[in-house]
Amino acid sequence: MTDLLSNFWVVLGLKVLIVALVVPAIALGFIFAELKISAHMQSRIGPYFAGGRWGWAQPLADGVKFLQKEDLIPRDADRPVFKTAPAMMLMSAFAVLVIIPFGPRVIIRDLDVGIFYAIAVSSFATIAVLMAGWSSANKYSLIGGLRAGAQLIAYELPLILAVVGVVIHAGTMSMGGIVAAQSEPVFHISGVGIALPYILQGHFIGFGIFMVAALAELNRTPFDLPFAEQELVMGYLTEYSGLRFTMFFLAEYVGMFSMAAIASTLFLGGYYVPGVPTAMLDFVGPLVLLGKATLLVFVMIWLRWTFPRMRQDQLQVLAWKWLVPLGLINILVIATLKVVF
Amino acid sequence: MTDQHLTAMHHSEVRVSVELQTPEMTLNLGPQHPSTHGVLRLVAKVNGEVITEVEPVIGYMHRGYEKLAEVRTYPQITALVNRIDWVSGFANEIPFMVATERLLELEVPARAQYIRLVLTEMARISSHLVFLSSFPLELGAATPLMHALRERERVLDLIEGVTGGRFHPNFNRVGGVKPAYGGGSSTKKMSQDLPAGFFDQTKAAMAKVEQVCDDMVNLVLGNEIFHQRTKGVGIIPRDKALEYGVSGPNLRASGVGFDLRQTGDYLPYADFDFEVPIGVNGDSYDRYWVRLEEIRQSARIVIQAIDGMPSGELQAKVPRIIKVPKGEVYVRAENPKGEMGYFVVSEGGRGPYRLKIRSASFSNLSVLPWLLPGHVIPDIIAVLGSLDFVLGDVDR
Repeated sequence: MTDLLSNFWVVLGLKVLIVALVVPAIALGFIFAELKISAHMQSRIGPYFAGGRWGWAQPLADGVKFLQKEDLIPRDADRPVFKTAPAMMLMSAFAVLVIIPFGPRVIIRDLDVGIFYAIAVSSFATIAVLMAGWSSANKYSLIGGLRAGAQLIAYELPLILAVVGVVIHAGTMSMGGIVAAQSEPVFHISGVGIALPYILQGHFIGFGIFMVAALAELNRTPFDLPFAEQELVMGYLTEYSGLRFTMFFLAEYVGMFSMAAIASTLFLGGYYVPGVPTAMLDFVGPLVLLGKATLLVFVMIWLRWTFPRMRQDQLQVLAWKWLVPLGLINILVIATLKVVF
Repeated sequence: MTDQHLTAMHHSEVRVSVELQTPEMTLNLGPQHPSTHGVLRLVAKVNGEVITEVEPVIGYMHRGYEKLAEVRTYPQITALVNRIDWVSGFANEIPFMVATERLLELEVPARAQYIRLVLTEMARISSHLVFLSSFPLELGAATPLMHALRERERVLDLIEGVTGGRFHPNFNRVGGVKPAYGGGSSTKKMSQDLPAGFFDQTKAAMAKVEQVCDDMVNLVLGNEIFHQRTKGVGIIPRDKALEYGVSGPNLRASGVGFDLRQTGDYLPYADFDFEVPIGVNGDSYDRYWVRLEEIRQSARIVIQAIDGMPSGELQAKVPRIIKVPKGEVYVRAENPKGEMGYFVVSEGGRGPYRLKIRSASFSNLSVLPWLLPGHVIPDIIAVLGSLDFVLGDVDR
């Protein structure tokens, strides 16, 4: 048994299996949450009553609807690119999960360049959007894809600047290391060390920038310009149907979860709970992280159903005139404080 | 680039330098597009996302009402005219009825006039509630839609309670608001006066409508993104609005205090106390604000009319077969979408020789080719939504 668990390939297979089972389940949960929260905000009927109690049948009905739809590819489409784009999107969303620590040992791979890897891989999603937009042979999709490209260039920078503050403070890029740094006591009250997550240590500007940039990376309202339904008729998604559309859909929610998990790890203390022994954290940690991520996902859903959409020029103004300078100031302040204390 | 293009570009903070100009692309918005409120096609020439030229293509919804009216009798035409702008069906019937009654020189009883007025204002509220909900949706905010439509259901339920119809009430008759004495049937018809509990329920609904207006102020008008998306977008200056025949709330948003209800010659508006909200800049934001305030004023009128509802007949004495003497008349009314007019030419007989309909949305739409160049694609949708037209009203 121990031999088997020390075999690299067996462990890898197990990890892939767990991710392939757990992550879609979490994404399904968030899809249901989105339906329910929007239903409560808008008095929608389906997610209240479908199937009886709590409208539990609504996501199933949606799923069956997606499966039934015909798999259409436009005649002028660039077929290989058109077919690869959804898989690319899903891949990027899943690949980020590799470095997210759910507990001291519950992590697929604690890379030394963890957060750097996460940001690099999550940007793949935008390339997938560009591919989908370009290959669809549809003008709305083209505009959507190009908007996504512009959005990637504009928001990758604030995202990284927000992360740099945390990296400077923690002194490591490893996700596990960042959580460990947040579990270090900041000050002592009558001999008891008090550990604070980074958001309570003055990283709220970084947290704000990270959340705004993450929303833009995920193409969520108010930054959902690449598939602005009312303008571009779903933009890069216009020509996708059936299972391929479902893959984009699933990737969006997996992406939301991974971005929220990264934000909770970087700023909210990740899996760490004060007072719980390390041996217990492997069991409590995943739940704690999931709870924190769910809170952030709730905020994302809340914003989506409340805010109108921005315009392309306003989006760029926000990124370049506000978020980038703010991010630089944030780094300056944190670096100064790091040197001083 | 004309001055107007530059103004629009200045306001939307979009600047494209000469080096960045891309090959011109033709983008067809519609005929099937979620934000064109029906089958409207806009052939737009775009440079990147900036519009250089727009040509609206209309007529997909043309149903030939003017021609159909020539082979129908006056009572039958009631069922046609309330289908022109289906969002405010009842309000469309009024000017045609008034035109027929003027040709016949009929005096409509006061109670019928008041019932017409109450239902017209409720049609206005229901139409504006659609606007309050659909305009934020076009900017990407989905929640206001449901909130406003929930209250609209309440108003439509009340209209249904009186008339039996939600969209096409078909409740007006020549000379009043109920079937003529025994008309159309061998047995005497039941009186179609207001149903029991109508007054209380309407007052409650008006309070709810006021409340949803307050919600919209908090949810939409107070939103920073909404400000950015609407302020300075789609400005129609006062003189241009008058030049293109823009009417109704769109005209008043441009700062022209013109409201046909103030003259009060087609319904007894002179008896009521209400204000006409007037915008300042003539941009999309003002058009939203003006309609929001109009809902409050309409609710005020409805409550006053209910409190002062006179008793008496619902219908003037009208012959069984209505024959209209020779003559012609033009009656115009302040509809939710703007000025609606019916020019009725009678050669004597049971139906009109010619019916010319002046619909508000058609003129409001005509400003688009002048207005849109210089804006970007998202602004097209914002401007289209803020003009609040219905394609049935455009094409007739």
